[in-house]
Amino acid sequence: MDAHASVGHAELEIPYNVHPRPDTGVYNAKLGVWLFLASEVMLFGALFSSLILLRTGAESWPRGYEFLNVKLATFNTFILILSSVTVVMAWSHLRLGNLKKGRIYISATVLCALIFLTAKAFEYSHEFHEHRFPKTNNFLAIYFTMTGLHGLHILGGVIVFLYFLGPGAKMWLHEAERYTNRIEVVGLYWHFVDLVWIFLFPILYLM
Amino acid sequence: MGLRRQIRVGSQWMYADEAHRALREALRVMDDEQAGHGHHQSFIRRYVFSTDHKWIGIQYGFTALCFLLLGFCLMILMRLQLGWPGQPFGVMKLLGELRAPGGILLPEAYNQLGAMHGTIMIFLGIVPLAVGAFGNYLVPLQIGAPDMAFPKLNMVSYWCYLPGGLIMLASFFAPGGTAQSGWTSYPPLSVIASQGQTWWLVGMVFLITSSLLGSVNFIVTIIQLRAKGLSYMRFPFFVHAQFVTSFLLLLAFPPLEAAAVLQLMDRVAGTSFFLPSGLVVSGTALTNAGGGNPLLWQHLFWFLAHPEVYVLILPAMGIVAEIIANGTRKPLWGYKSMVFATVFLGFMSFVVWAHHMFLTGMGTTISAFFQTTTMIISIPSVIILSSLFISLWGGSIRFTTPMMFALAFLPMFGIGGLTGLPLGLAAADIHLHDTYYVIGHFHYVVAPGTIFAMFAGIYYWFPKATGRKLNEFWGRVHFWISFVCINGIFFPMFAQGLAGVSRRLYDGGMQYQHAKQIASQTNPFMSICAIGLLVAQVPFIFNFFYNAIAAAFGNRDEGLGSNPWEATTMEWAATTSPPLAHGNFEVLPVVYRGPYEYSVPGSAVDFIPQHQAETAEPAPRGGVLLPTTAVAMREN
Repeated sequence: MDAHASVGHAELEIPYNVHPRPDTGVYNAKLGVWLFLASEVMLFGALFSSLILLRTGAESWPRGYEFLNVKLATFNTFILILSSVTVVMAWSHLRLGNLKKGRIYISATVLCALIFLTAKAFEYSHEFHEHRFPKTNNFLAIYFTMTGLHGLHILGGVIVFLYFLGPGAKMWLHEAERYTNRIEVVGLYWHFVDLVWIFLFPILYLM
Repeated sequence: MGLRRQIRVGSQWMYADEAHRALREALRVMDDEQAGHGHHQSFIRRYVFSTDHKWIGIQYGFTALCFLLLGFCLMILMRLQLGWPGQPFGVMKLLGELRAPGGILLPEAYNQLGAMHGTIMIFLGIVPLAVGAFGNYLVPLQIGAPDMAFPKLNMVSYWCYLPGGLIMLASFFAPGGTAQSGWTSYPPLSVIASQGQTWWLVGMVFLITSSLLGSVNFIVTIIQLRAKGLSYMRFPFFVHAQFVTSFLLLLAFPPLEAAAVLQLMDRVAGTSFFLPSGLVVSGTALTNAGGGNPLLWQHLFWFLAHPEVYVLILPAMGIVAEIIANGTRKPLWGYKSMVFATVFLGFMSFVVWAHHMFLTGMGTTISAFFQTTTMIISIPSVIILSSLFISLWGGSIRFTTPMMFALAFLPMFGIGGLTGLPLGLAAADIHLHDTYYVIGHFHYVVAPGTIFAMFAGIYYWFPKATGRKLNEFWGRVHFWISFVCINGIFFPMFAQGLAGVSRRLYDGGMQYQHAKQIASQTNPFMSICAIGLLVAQVPFIFNFFYNAIAAAFGNRDEGLGSNPWEATTMEWAATTSPPLAHGNFEVLPVVYRGPYEYSVPGSAVDFIPQHQAETAEPAPRGGVLLPTTAVAMREN
């Protein structure tokens, strides 16, 4: 018995790691990511609630559209929506057994994310240049906190996508279905991050 | 069932499909053992970065017990100061000249001890012990799963918890000392406090991440990995308790994470989320932008911290329910209503948080709402506690050490719960808020309540993890001294609180005319009881380590068997003690019955394990159908 096979044998097998459990209809990671997203809803929900409470309690509240770069943010919104489409395309090509096209679409998703982050970096540096910092007022405080936290989520997604493009793609050779599932799961996360931005954009930039 | 073909294996009759499955598993096990001889996992993979839920549970348990002892020692220092204010004590010199010059504790140091006692006990002690240790070790075993659904995530969860705890400890050495704004960290004091508070917040972010990963893992494990035939209403009550607890951790902790991020921004980036305009500190006006809202923190904090109370108590109830069913040799009375009460409790715990804030000027309408929900949430707690009490009725109780602790839990939690009702009524709370009455109330719930349940669990499941039983005599000594002393500490607090003694006073109230008399009458006694409680832990610590070390050297109690308590649940009945390092079971069990089939009328034995198939069915062609358990395959 060669070394690889013996390691494979000694590892215990967790049921429903790849295939759905018949009575629940999902595989483990899919349920896991939905639960994780539920907790993310609570995280961003708390921040949105804080924003509402601070805004309703404030004597005056700066309007984002008066000084933030609405055009760039609109462009960013479309870029993120596009990236949500590309990640679905990646998953659908992987399901059809086409790793090459799947990888192209994952790369496209990463590219969109990097464009988004670059645009955001331009926005931040412009604000700093105009002496608008988190400590300047509570609008900017919540603006920087929420978009910053959202940006970290994007960055996290990029790291995961890059892993699946590079070393993580080896899984395709012997566990293609599991690899496809992983892209589905990270895709669900990616849609959520996209959705957060779709709430952030009107609330911070337009209202 | 009657239609399934049966075959004879050795001297037993088995169903053909079961025999086939068992054979496959037996081949796998033999294969693994052969492979295992040439392939040893490295020490680090096995004992440090282990992905085995049992070892992670032990890691959690050991770390959490150490933190519990540390938090307890901080409390002893506080009690010395409260019992004999301003007196020098040699032991205080351990805190250093900065905090206790000449052995006399300084007020700032007292605040630090108070804040860290609460933080350590709750976030580093009880939650990791109740969920991380007991949950991790037992849930997969009780539901017949080979491990948690995400073993690596489980490992990462522990390795977020430990750094979080170490950061908290390191904060004692930060300039200006550790956090001193109470475990609640109310702004604006916490925002303007010394650097230790920043460390506290960073530590909290680690701990929140840890419990988030853990809770996702628990929920997926329970939903996806439960054994064939284990429907929800066949879960042991402990699994239900952990299930609801995980949802509370999953959904309640993120708002605190948000709050911690906002407070970090206030402290590090100079924002004013929690700082109102025009704040003057020590005679100088703050230069912050202002416009923030200190009550925002309280809302976000208590949105976590009230569900957190149920995170502390539900696993304890789960442990007590298991032990009571086993110790009375009866099914739990009202199992179904207990389960529905637990789920309802979980839902309601998200809509009661502002009863901690009646005195913040919220307005009477909001107070009335939260007062109503608070009264409603007491109903499921009472249902659970009453069911446990009624379960005792008519049982032939086995008074073992775990049973003693479990029985003590009932009246202690009862006192804690019932004294909470006046606090939930806005009018009564005006008098009682922030007094020692509150301290007495929640300590009764958590200390002789939850911690006694934890002790019960340790005595009960110690043989599971080690193959050795803890000494019964020293267990009794531990129980009785702890039981007397812990009441001696907390009961006088109700009297103090009713007399109006405020909490968090450095001298226990001696500076106030109205508090002076009762403080001087009760505080020394309470402090002596606290020292007595410390002494009572010595036999436990020795008992624990003596047996744990003996077990680690392979010195098992051979006569004990795998199921010393004659339990029905699968962690005892369907596997060995301790279970296999990988996979827990030789054959994944199939469940045929409810969790507590003790003393079934007409049955020859007084307990029928969950995974045992029907025994009454006659075998075809004259053979006798013996119970085909998973363990039976292994005994050769």
